[in-house]
Amino acid sequence: MLNGTRRIGALAIAAAMLAGACSSAGASPTPAPTATPAPTVAVSPSAMDSAAPATSAPAAAPTVNCVAGTITAAGSTALQPLVDAAAKQYVAACPGSTVTVNGGGSGTGLSQVAQGAVQIGNSDVTAESKLATPDAAKLIDHIVAKQGWIVVTNKDVTVTNLTTQQEIDIWTGKTTNWKDVGGPDKKIVLIFRPASSGTRSTFKKIVLGGKTEATGGQTLTEDSNGAVTTAVGSTSGAVSVIGFAYYNDPANKAKLNGLQLDGVDATVANMTGGTYKLSADGHMYTSGQPSGLTAAFLDYMMSPAIQGTLIPSLFYAPVK
Amino acid sequence: MAQLAAATRLSSLRATPGLRERVDLPRRMVFIAASSMVAVVALLLVFITWQGLQLFLVNGVPVDQILSSTWQPDPANGQVIFGLLPFIAGTVFVTVVALAISTPLSVGLALFLSEVAPRWARAIVQPALEIFVGIPSVVWGWLGITILVPFLHSTFGEDIVVSLPLAGEVLRVPGFLTGFSWMAGALVLSIMILPTITSVSYDSFRAVPQELRTGSLALGTTRWQAIRHILVPAALPGVLTAVVLGMTRAAGEALAVQMVIGNSPSLPGAITQPLTTLTSQITMDMGNTVPGEPWQNALWTMSLVLLAISITSVVLVRLINKRRDAR
Repeated sequence: MLNGTRRIGALAIAAAMLAGACSSAGASPTPAPTATPAPTVAVSPSAMDSAAPATSAPAAAPTVNCVAGTITAAGSTALQPLVDAAAKQYVAACPGSTVTVNGGGSGTGLSQVAQGAVQIGNSDVTAESKLATPDAAKLIDHIVAKQGWIVVTNKDVTVTNLTTQQEIDIWTGKTTNWKDVGGPDKKIVLIFRPASSGTRSTFKKIVLGGKTEATGGQTLTEDSNGAVTTAVGSTSGAVSVIGFAYYNDPANKAKLNGLQLDGVDATVANMTGGTYKLSADGHMYTSGQPSGLTAAFLDYMMSPAIQGTLIPSLFYAPVK
Repeated sequence: MAQLAAATRLSSLRATPGLRERVDLPRRMVFIAASSMVAVVALLLVFITWQGLQLFLVNGVPVDQILSSTWQPDPANGQVIFGLLPFIAGTVFVTVVALAISTPLSVGLALFLSEVAPRWARAIVQPALEIFVGIPSVVWGWLGITILVPFLHSTFGEDIVVSLPLAGEVLRVPGFLTGFSWMAGALVLSIMILPTITSVSYDSFRAVPQELRTGSLALGTTRWQAIRHILVPAALPGVLTAVVLGMTRAAGEALAVQMVIGNSPSLPGAITQPLTTLTSQITMDMGNTVPGEPWQNALWTMSLVLLAISITSVVLVRLINKRRDAR
């Protein structure tokens, strides 16, 4: 009986190892140029069916250049909601095509596109900052949107604005109580993103000017926008940084206190105008010049349907 | 009657040609299945060891640097230092506290089930334990983050100060400023490993021959004396195996712990403060780093350390059982 249980335990350990191996081995290079150009520039199907194409749904705008095939994009979770929504619209307009959008993080996106495992690698940061030079040189950058982040606190922190200098003092551990920046007498609880995340490195570069953050003591690290939202919402005196799209979700907004930065509201309009500085380009990388469906989809990302309509509705800023 | 029929069928089979092939095919399939599992494990060991050593072989990081307590992996900060001590210490400390909480409870529960409980109580507790095993770790983490963490923070948020007259303050334990803490991680883990330790120690208590119990009672011992002096010593190797298995599970658990422990890469201070573990650091950084980068290689080194921990515990379990078998 005992022996049986022990053997099951050993099997479970082996199974867990196997699962781990599979997920890491998933990054093996499998060049899949499955995108095949359609013979002619296809018009979206609903426009062909209907006599009056102008009244068709916005997803099937007549300007979509349809190419049949299958591509995969992977990477940044900050950019994922946008690329995913755009892919759904594109596929709805072009039935012969499949665009799969995975997360995994900016590092995963960049390394997978460099290896040829995916056709598009999404990233919050430039390839040069992550990959070795020969790999980064192969990649072509397509900037599709601007994304913004906002500093948020627990509801019990009554502060509404922080200056860049105050942010530096708080995140480097010089200021440890909210009363020093005009708030209530409460300890400041710093909630970081992992040091490798795009959010953290963008915040560090733009707001902290590259200064090293405080560590140890009561600082926390949470690895996703969702976990950060939960932690900030439930922890008295907590402060962190989350993406606009997550902050503007009504369920999250009710739990959080969003701060101005240097007196500027964290809005898409201010980010577009350039007055709100905590923002960065959203990159979609391809290995070499894109062709077929990859090229058509990247063109679609720059079309008015995405840049003019979808991007503002998801709280990103257009680049065109 | 049925046996006889089967026997005749067998003997007629034996006469048919090609029997060897028919008997051999399943045997070969089972053999291939078994050997491929061994091959997968062997390949894994080689792969993880190879990846885990890249940090030293390719990136030229001195081996003793991983014993540093400074985790500074970001090249943007200048000098990179891959000190793994906070993570190793975090994993060890969380596991130790979880075991300290869980072992008495689980062994007590196993004793109760095996020696004391009436049949109907066993019929309730055993399915309950099985349900316990089946609850995914993310659910434990979720319960931890929504119930345990706020509870610790709101109930024990203040510093605990022990003061003596004259001497003044002698001890100050910082309160749960956030609730995300070593303690929260240990509590969640202790619940998760409870069924493992309970069921394995239950089996070892049941494996003690009935004659030992009856003999002991016949000599006039009380039930407690029989448990204390006969049963527990006899079942001790099995109980130790259970504890080691629980330890392995605790050290390898990632998700639930990551959700409640706070993930602060610093050496363990007070039990009320955030901590981090090898597993939670790996899950947080793996998606954002790229293969070949020293940072990701450091994560592989962490996996190698975890692998070493689990191999050590497997060896430990084997040694314990060998001693028991030898007796």
